[in-house]
Amino acid sequence: MKSLLPIVIVLALATGYGLWYQRSRGKVVVKSDKGLITGSMIGAALGSRATLVQFSSAFCSPCRATRMLLEDVTDTMSDVAYVEVDAETNLELVRTLDIRSTPTTLFLDRTGHEVGRAMGAPKRDQVLSAISAIR
Amino acid sequence: MTQDLKTRNNAGIIDARGPRFGAVITTVVLATALATNNIWVIVAQAAVFAIGAIKGPQFTPYAFIYKTFVKPRLKGETPAEDVRPPQFAQSVGLLFALTAIVGLTSGINAIFTVAVAFALAAAFLNAAFNFCLGCEIYLLLLRARSK
Repeated sequence: MKSLLPIVIVLALATGYGLWYQRSRGKVVVKSDKGLITGSMIGAALGSRATLVQFSSAFCSPCRATRMLLEDVTDTMSDVAYVEVDAETNLELVRTLDIRSTPTTLFLDRTGHEVGRAMGAPKRDQVLSAISAIR
Repeated sequence: MTQDLKTRNNAGIIDARGPRFGAVITTVVLATALATNNIWVIVAQAAVFAIGAIKGPQFTPYAFIYKTFVKPRLKGETPAEDVRPPQFAQSVGLLFALTAIVGLTSGINAIFTVAVAFALAAAFLNAAFNFCLGCEIYLLLLRARSK
């Protein structure tokens, strides 16, 4: 029997990371540099007030739930568009926008400026308050 | 591009709790491997990873235990999940397990310890925090590969 120290170290580090992971995923972070995204970059027209752009990939379990939530939320909002982009086939765009994980959702204002982004699956109230903050 | 994503999304849907239950057993097995340096423990886990990576996570012995003993006792709606994310995680697990076996058989214990430690961390994160390995590393791998 070897020492149990490696197990303790691994589980302690993983717990620290896991707590941070759980807290940070889904949180909408306000962007200050405000990168510009045009309709042609994402292959769809922007919404007249706001646009939600979700980057997804094949090996991403929360992408499906995120799509269902965002489709549901934007369904009743005629001035908010929802666009899903496959990260894998749009690597150039992924690099330009510095998308690191999936799902990542960008919140764009009417002019296409990124005003916020959420890594991981956001909750309904997080999405609603991020949308209502866009005028 | 949306069309492309939609067709690829129909690959297969499984009970999301199955892989997470599997991650709990995997955590215990990998912790045992790390504590004992026993080659057969990691070989057994590598075999499970191989089934999960090649056939799918719903066909592993851990999934069988889940379906037979755990699922009948669970109430409520079955949360659905795409089969590909856990399958990807099983492939990464297999890579680490094989690396660990190479380390142990070639007498370089440090390789074994590091490889099992990473696999244990990923399995534990999945079990305890619903961590999605594919979400975090797949895009980074793609970005690194085609620069």
